[in-house]
Amino acid sequence: MDENISISVSGLSKSYGKVSAIKNANFQINKGEIVGLLGPNGAGKSTTMRIIGGLLNADSGTATVCGLPVADSSLAIKRKIGFMQENNPLPEDLRVMEYLKLRAELKEVDPRKISAEVRRVMDLCDLFRTARRKIIRTLSKGFKQRVGIADALIGSPEIIILDEPTIGLDPHQIQGIRNLINSLRGIYTVLISSHILSEIERNCDRVIIINHGRVVAMGTQAELSAEFINENYLKLQVSGNSEHLIERLKSSGDEYEIAEAPTSENDDCTILIKSKKALEIAHYTKMVDQISHCQLIGINLVQPDLEAIFLAATKRSWDEVRPTH
Amino acid sequence: MGHFFTLVRHEVRLLFIAPPTYVASVLFLLLMGFIYWAILRSMTLMPQDTSSISQFFSLFWLPVFFTVPLLTMRSIAEEKNQATLQILFSAPIPTYAIVLSKFFAAYLLYVILWVLTLYFPIITYNLLSDNLSNASLVDRSAILGSLLFILLSGILFIAIGIFSSSLTRSQLVAGMLCFTFLFIICIGGQQLEYATYNYFTQGSFFFESIQYVNVIRHFEDFSLGILDTRPFVFYLSISILLLSLTVNLIDSEA
Repeated sequence: MDENISISVSGLSKSYGKVSAIKNANFQINKGEIVGLLGPNGAGKSTTMRIIGGLLNADSGTATVCGLPVADSSLAIKRKIGFMQENNPLPEDLRVMEYLKLRAELKEVDPRKISAEVRRVMDLCDLFRTARRKIIRTLSKGFKQRVGIADALIGSPEIIILDEPTIGLDPHQIQGIRNLINSLRGIYTVLISSHILSEIERNCDRVIIINHGRVVAMGTQAELSAEFINENYLKLQVSGNSEHLIERLKSSGDEYEIAEAPTSENDDCTILIKSKKALEIAHYTKMVDQISHCQLIGINLVQPDLEAIFLAATKRSWDEVRPTH
Repeated sequence: MGHFFTLVRHEVRLLFIAPPTYVASVLFLLLMGFIYWAILRSMTLMPQDTSSISQFFSLFWLPVFFTVPLLTMRSIAEEKNQATLQILFSAPIPTYAIVLSKFFAAYLLYVILWVLTLYFPIITYNLLSDNLSNASLVDRSAILGSLLFILLSGILFIAIGIFSSSLTRSQLVAGMLCFTFLFIICIGGQQLEYATYNYFTQGSFFFESIQYVNVIRHFEDFSLGILDTRPFVFYLSISILLLSLTVNLIDSEA
């Protein structure tokens, strides 16, 4: 067993009655990586995480955590994992500090170090000054999420699993959670599930896309882009005579879309050019230069975002599972 | 075992901040106080064969019907409903420790409530003047026998409550289930004995079996100071069975 691998899943399958939640999932996560588990609702993300966390038994296949098989060493692997579950259920009647102390005791933190450990995770999650004495029921959703993450961090487990950590949060809270997750980079192996693509895109080193219980894609954003996106994009921002430029693009047969049209107050125009062939910046710079009263403000090649990759990967998997007539 | 004691402490704390605990406690002490007063009053009107304390504890089943459901209905049903049971499972805790901690916390409170009722005879004893014959108010053998039975039967009653709570996500349904099971076990055995009294000869296997499951008959034996191992086996074995079923039920849902 490679010591650099934190989580290894092989041929994992799980059904709920006749509904198959995961089908033959295979992937590995290395130590210190932040990996995003991405998929539409009901794709099997939570089921996969719950099996890895030892909360659910798989029907077939194996999952190992730090070299230990989950099925045989459920209690041992729970010592290595900090798990924040979907919807982050918390005992509403307890105070934040009481709850975290209880969790530290249950996670077998040295009794002499419990107070220090609880203080550490509260500081990390910015709970100590603002919420340590508050009853969990009275906390905002964002603070409850922080309590869930603090709970997952208690005892410094090797692996942190966060199931939808940003669901239902406002943009400020999302940014706070994002910064928090980024601060874990390199210290813990982190597995995050989300269907909010921008979150995964900003936080994760690698992405695993699940659809209909199948792992349909896996890799860094650049690798996935190369695998699933066949088109290149170039963003062109001009001011002045953009109409002539658009006519030139039309006549040269370029496929384009106007991302931002000029308005009465602002005559800047942003155009997105798509092509299956390689797009050359010099060619379009020259084209703009040749048009009178049209100034180039900016030009750059655009990397396809995770949304485009996700849609392409899940569409391909849809096509694969769709019955042929 | 470390987990177990941590969880028991946590469960006791949860019980003490839960409104149903206080409702159960107040109702229990009010009802038992009233019953004790009614027994004393009836003793002033006509002579009685049994001591006041025996009569008092012989009605043990009456408060059990509401106290046990109120103490136990939240234990697992509420945790299932709020999914907080899953938090416990994400820590390295075996399921049996979770179930046993809930059982012991509720049982502890149940015992405390019954021990508090001992104040009734003690207060009465101290209030009455010395020239009255009040020694029977604190008949030690009757108190010890009855209390031992209540502690023993309480194990089964609380186990029934915990088991009922594991069957559903609704506190209300758990409470109703618990009440039904308690009613069957407390009253069912006695009614079965009455109903079949003329059909089986005394000493026959069936007659003995029906008597064996009659909880009220067990109480009568204990209050008379008859300590038999059979009731211990009956209450402890069924309690272990119910708690084991609860553990399996929770595990199977994971």
